[in-house]
Amino acid sequence: MNKKLVLAVAPIVTFIILVIFFWFALEKDPKKLNSNLIDKPVPDFKLSALKNPERVYTSESLPNELFLLNVWGTWCGPCHIEHPYLMKFSQQYPVPIVGVNYKDQTKDALEFLEKKGNPYSMVIADVDGQLGIDLGVYGAPETFVVDSDGKVRFRYVGVIDDRVWNSKILPVIEQVQGYPLEQVQKDAAENDSEGMK
Amino acid sequence: MMKQLIATIALLMSLQAFAVIETYEFKTEEQEQLYTDIINELRCPKCQNQTIAESNAGLSEDLRYIVYQQVSNGSTKREILAYMQERYGDFVLYDPPVKPSNYFLWFAPLAVFLVILIAVLLKVGRRRIKPEQTGTEEE
Amino acid sequence: MIPELGNFLLIMAFINAIFLGVLSFIGAHYQHQGLMQFSKRASISIFALILASFVCLTISFINNDFSVAYVANHSNTQLPIHYRISAVWGAHEGSLLLWVLILTGWMAAVALFSKSLPKPLITRVLGVMGFIAIGFIAFTLFTSNPFDRVLPFIPIDGSDLNPLLQDFGLIVHPPMLYMGYVGFSVVFAFAIAGLLQGDLDHNWARWSRPWTTVAWIFMSLGIALGSWWAYYELGWGGWWFWDPVENASFMPWLAGTALIHSLAATEKRGVFKSWTVLLAILTFSLSLLGTFLVRSGVLTSVHSFANDPVRGRFILVFLGIVVGASLLIYAIQSNKIRSKANFGLFSRETALLFNNALLAVVTFMVLLGTLHPLIQEAFTGDKSSVGPPYFNLMFSIFMIPILILMPIGQQINWKQESMKPMLTKYWLWAISSILIALAMVIIMGGIEPMALVGTTLGLWVLAGCAKYVLAQASKSTSFTIGVKKISRSYWGMLVAHLGVAVTVLGVVLTSYYSIEENIKISQGETVQVEDLDVEFYDFKNTEGPNYISSAGSFRIYSEGELITDLHPEKRKYNASKMVMTEADIDAGLFRDIYVVMGEPLDDGAWAISVYYKPFVRWIWLGSIFMALGGLLAVSDKRYRQRRREKKQAKSETTSVVES
Repeated sequence: MNKKLVLAVAPIVTFIILVIFFWFALEKDPKKLNSNLIDKPVPDFKLSALKNPERVYTSESLPNELFLLNVWGTWCGPCHIEHPYLMKFSQQYPVPIVGVNYKDQTKDALEFLEKKGNPYSMVIADVDGQLGIDLGVYGAPETFVVDSDGKVRFRYVGVIDDRVWNSKILPVIEQVQGYPLEQVQKDAAENDSEGMK
Repeated sequence: MMKQLIATIALLMSLQAFAVIETYEFKTEEQEQLYTDIINELRCPKCQNQTIAESNAGLSEDLRYIVYQQVSNGSTKREILAYMQERYGDFVLYDPPVKPSNYFLWFAPLAVFLVILIAVLLKVGRRRIKPEQTGTEEE
Repeated sequence: MIPELGNFLLIMAFINAIFLGVLSFIGAHYQHQGLMQFSKRASISIFALILASFVCLTISFINNDFSVAYVANHSNTQLPIHYRISAVWGAHEGSLLLWVLILTGWMAAVALFSKSLPKPLITRVLGVMGFIAIGFIAFTLFTSNPFDRVLPFIPIDGSDLNPLLQDFGLIVHPPMLYMGYVGFSVVFAFAIAGLLQGDLDHNWARWSRPWTTVAWIFMSLGIALGSWWAYYELGWGGWWFWDPVENASFMPWLAGTALIHSLAATEKRGVFKSWTVLLAILTFSLSLLGTFLVRSGVLTSVHSFANDPVRGRFILVFLGIVVGASLLIYAIQSNKIRSKANFGLFSRETALLFNNALLAVVTFMVLLGTLHPLIQEAFTGDKSSVGPPYFNLMFSIFMIPILILMPIGQQINWKQESMKPMLTKYWLWAISSILIALAMVIIMGGIEPMALVGTTLGLWVLAGCAKYVLAQASKSTSFTIGVKKISRSYWGMLVAHLGVAVTVLGVVLTSYYSIEENIKISQGETVQVEDLDVEFYDFKNTEGPNYISSAGSFRIYSEGELITDLHPEKRKYNASKMVMTEADIDAGLFRDIYVVMGEPLDDGAWAISVYYKPFVRWIWLGSIFMALGGLLAVSDKRYRQRRREKKQAKSETTSVVES
């Protein structure tokens, strides 16, 4: 008798569990990947600076404080949309933004930064994309939050506008460094430590 | 709105609907077979469910080249898959690794069948057949 | 005007469906003749309304009415007329309307062809189908209306149909597949009706069987068409990827196959009644689940239609109500269904039981693999993938016992048979299968263990079919009389099982013995690929109806003899700017040879792929046999039913005369 009851009721119970499961699954985006680099150091690299091909950057060259690592390219439409926001954030907040120019033509990238402005404290030229692959980049623009020990703490895939900055990036920065992030007003020229007009 | 815009732009960038044919040359046939096996087991990180063999996305092309290089240098399948997994996570492995979080996936179907097998053998095997007209087919 | 008319007809159908869904159950419960008659009429008129609505949409496509958003998004003035028509079901909204059309079509068919069935039962069946129709029409009307207008700025021209879909395969694959998907709603409705009545006699199984078999035939053909289409359209040698959408169609097919076998046992021996009912519910539930998976965006797939969580929620709620209600009814009523299980361990009943258990486990495995990334993410937050390596391995493992069982199950007696004589009957056939398989495998190119196993099993099933015919024939005085005595439904079984063998052989041989080579070749050059010589002798650019094509010409030689002349193309479509490759396939019964154009290389040469695929056509040839088998089985039932009725009528008139 009991076995019959179990066999009769098992299908509907299983089904209800499945439906509840699907209901929550609808909110997830199956195309978003998780970064495998969380809590790991930024991968080693040896690449030239965008502006000065003779200057070589390695992971030692990266800032010793908390910074953002932004992967971008002139071929990437959304990166063009993100750019003005990066300009604003680089001026308003004391967090340096390191650029990784991913799979791009150096000439185009330089022109772009000259015309539209340079929000980056340094730009690494990742022409063949190996650094991008080591970072697990799959869709530019991507931005990593790296702490003062050089460990990756967060990755965001997509354009960072005001809404994303306030709801996703700012909270992570504040949580990582342990204190709130104060706005400052910086001169646009102060950003570029390599002296680009 | 932004999501749709990005999606549209991304879509426009992938106007090709075919796999790129690579003409890599290998030193041995085993290497060529190994290359083919691996690129058919790795998932393109940015596509709609395609292997890097099938996809013509730029990233797939880069990844195929890396596989080619590593195969030519003598890396094993395990090493190459680990290399990809380090960067992109389990997502790129179409062959799910046999680890505790995947035990259910790999063993549940067989387990379910064994349970059914035992249940049937016990129930039907123990049954005493009542004499009736023993039928062959009834047509 | 016409789109508005189409929308209006859709609304009318919706209203009628509500009446049908509600009034049928009242009518059946009170055995109210008027309401029961209404059910039949309403079913037919709903179909007529939907058909007219569908025609309106088709006319909008033919007339290039780009004020209709759906037409603007999926058509173009340069699109040839036959693709303008098939574009109707080329995307989400239109294919949904096709779904509804086919559902109401089956509903009308049940209303028309059920004269000999008890009225209350049929009324309930139509009520269930009407209820399902309410949900799908509502989904179409309120979230995915193909008649929505793009106003006030009407585009001058449309975005064109995706070039991948501008193909014969698209014209036939979805309608065939939907006929199957939706067709299982009939046996589902019969199951619910039976449960509501509280009894399932063996007539219930007899009536459900033809409907189920016909749906299964369409499903088999639909899936095979999809596979064949992917093979020649994508041109990279693959024909099945275990993509979530593909799995969404394969699961109902697997459950439907188990259902057919279970129905046979229920009809003939009165066993497995509650399992059959559960399978009927499960099969159609898997169809609905498939609809959810494909249109909700919850899984990533190359085939996905819509990625809209709002639509996803709607379907999920509907799925929850329909399947939840049916499983609830099952939970409550299933104890009223009694089977008389009086069979031993070595019997056809047990063979069928194991067959169904294995098919059910395979269905579970496919579902598990498909959903596992979601489950994994829910528990650990990690993203993962499950692809062909998993599915191919697991499927092969479970197919082995299914194939071994097939010849045995065909012939073993109902109720009880003794084990020893059974084994002695088969050992010769088993040994022959292994030896012939060994020979085949060596000829093909070398012994691959799994290829040997697969080939042996395919031949074993073929042997089983031959053995059956011989065994039956030997029971009679002459061979021909014995063969003639085999009823059509048993021929159906044999032919369908033959189809399985053919497909298995095709899958195994092509998987292990195919050749694919990527080569660089310049015009005028000849390159050797394994045993073949490939000569690139011509190249030209031409204009098609809505594309520009670059075509290469290749001659393939084997041992100096010309075997084929191929002209693969690369096409750039004008409207969408999409680039497509069209492989040119020399299709043969025992092998395909084809060439795919890759990219032009820097030195003026081209990268091309040359393919040799042995026995690949057998994969789909097998499904044609399966469909034929189903057809033979169905035609048997009808014949006997009419004959039985004629006999009954005759005896009644005789008794009247005599009295």
